[in-house]
Amino acid sequence: MCGIVGLFLKDKSLEPRLGEMLTAMLITMTDRGPDSAGIAIYGSKTDGRTKMTVQSDDPETAFATLDKTLSDAIGSTVRMSVKGTHAILDLPAGSTAKARAAIVELGLRIMSRGDSLEIYKEVGLPKDVAAQFDIAQMSGSHGIGHTRMATESAVTTMGAHPFNTGDDQCLVHNGSLSNHNSLRRKLRREGIHIETENDTEVGAAYLTWQMQNGATLGEALTSSLDDLDGFFTFVVGTKDGFGVVRDPIACKPAVMAETDQYVAFGSEYRALVDLPGIENARVWEPEPATVYFWSHNDTPSVTEKAA
Amino acid sequence: MQTIDLTEQGLRETNKQLHAQSADTNQTAWEIVNPRGAHAIACGLDAPIEVTVKGSTGYYCAGMNQQATVNIHGSAGPGTGENIMSGKIVIEGDASQYLGATGHGGLIVVKGNASSRCGISMKGVNIVVQGNIGHMSAFMGQSGNLVVCGDAGDALGDSCYEARFFVRGTVKSLGADCEKKEMREEHLTLLQGLLDEAGIVADPSEFTRYGSARNLYNFDVDNAGAY
Repeated sequence: MCGIVGLFLKDKSLEPRLGEMLTAMLITMTDRGPDSAGIAIYGSKTDGRTKMTVQSDDPETAFATLDKTLSDAIGSTVRMSVKGTHAILDLPAGSTAKARAAIVELGLRIMSRGDSLEIYKEVGLPKDVAAQFDIAQMSGSHGIGHTRMATESAVTTMGAHPFNTGDDQCLVHNGSLSNHNSLRRKLRREGIHIETENDTEVGAAYLTWQMQNGATLGEALTSSLDDLDGFFTFVVGTKDGFGVVRDPIACKPAVMAETDQYVAFGSEYRALVDLPGIENARVWEPEPATVYFWSHNDTPSVTEKAA
Repeated sequence: MQTIDLTEQGLRETNKQLHAQSADTNQTAWEIVNPRGAHAIACGLDAPIEVTVKGSTGYYCAGMNQQATVNIHGSAGPGTGENIMSGKIVIEGDASQYLGATGHGGLIVVKGNASSRCGISMKGVNIVVQGNIGHMSAFMGQSGNLVVCGDAGDALGDSCYEARFFVRGTVKSLGADCEKKEMREEHLTLLQGLLDEAGIVADPSEFTRYGSARNLYNFDVDNAGAY
């Protein structure tokens, strides 16, 4: 099954409550998948700085001097804050490639990279994962979340969603892809880094590959309808907004709600019932094989623009 | 009127109380408040009672219904009215996928739109939708009537048997072995009766009838591509 949620705020006054609202939505979806959970939050960003979140099963040892080690590796100051098994690194823009190499060498797992994106994910129930990272206290403009019932690969941190697909981009998935093995081989030959045997990671990598070759996010989502075989409802996050696409058969459930204050996505209506003004919201089911997109940016750049 | 707050009483106790109503109960009017999209509300009812759910429901509301009338004052989740045997379900909002799947009898009315697979494998249920329906509706429909006042999505009536489909708007595509049929007097009368029962005002002469071309009933190697 799996449960997915998404929340895109139009009303800035709700931004301090983004983490709290998204956490409540995700906890409601717990019985759709109790294996692991994750949330991506698009929060604050500082000019000239960028962020990475990294994970370790032994955070005390791994993060003890991580900021210093990385500062030395890239030759510039890296600031770090630790939340449970995750560390959020604040580093100068343009230094992520160098930092990435150093982080991989240290045996740490990279959860996300981007100017405003932070991804937190772990094995466990949504309520426990959210509590570990204090998600309810986080503010932001939009975010997506996932609670997993594993079908295609192991229950591990790296198999949890959301998957980071590129700078400030991430993906959550409800469904199962059936051609992920052949597509993984193809994408690896194209030089795309794929870490796990997870089907969704291949979906995420596919979008990354399309966009590296000049496709807009909207175009990449549209071509995924032809190239991905299987069942999927995808919710993708970008720096400025989020998008939704369902496969043409559309077995996997999806409900959306829109008011003047927000656009919300849930696997079920239950996830949306506590949102403010939901009783007067426009509530609908997204159409199959149709790309939907909302953006904070009135003139989205090439990679952000929808189809 | 008996009012149940679902968040206070819980689903199992609520359904237990409704199941306990006998054929000659004098508590015939029930109202369920705070449904909050919960699953399986008012499932398996078997008494001539009227239950009104004040809000949107989740999966399988009013599934396996017999005799009862269930009104949903909101939208309904997947599998609403699945395997309905008799009675009536009225949805004021939209209905999600596989509405009335395998339904044997009774009537389902949707005031909004119904999603994909509406009436899949219907076996005698009547479904009247004021808006549009999604793709693969009435797949393998065996009997009963599906009335659509708006448009139908792709592959309407794929591999259907003797179910009848009446569509006022456009049909995006017909499924395998489903074809357009002539509207005879008997069909106009039948359709008028269904619209009246559903409380929807529409002119039967504006509808087109679709049904089985009966070419897939028995295996024929020339049809292998269509199975």
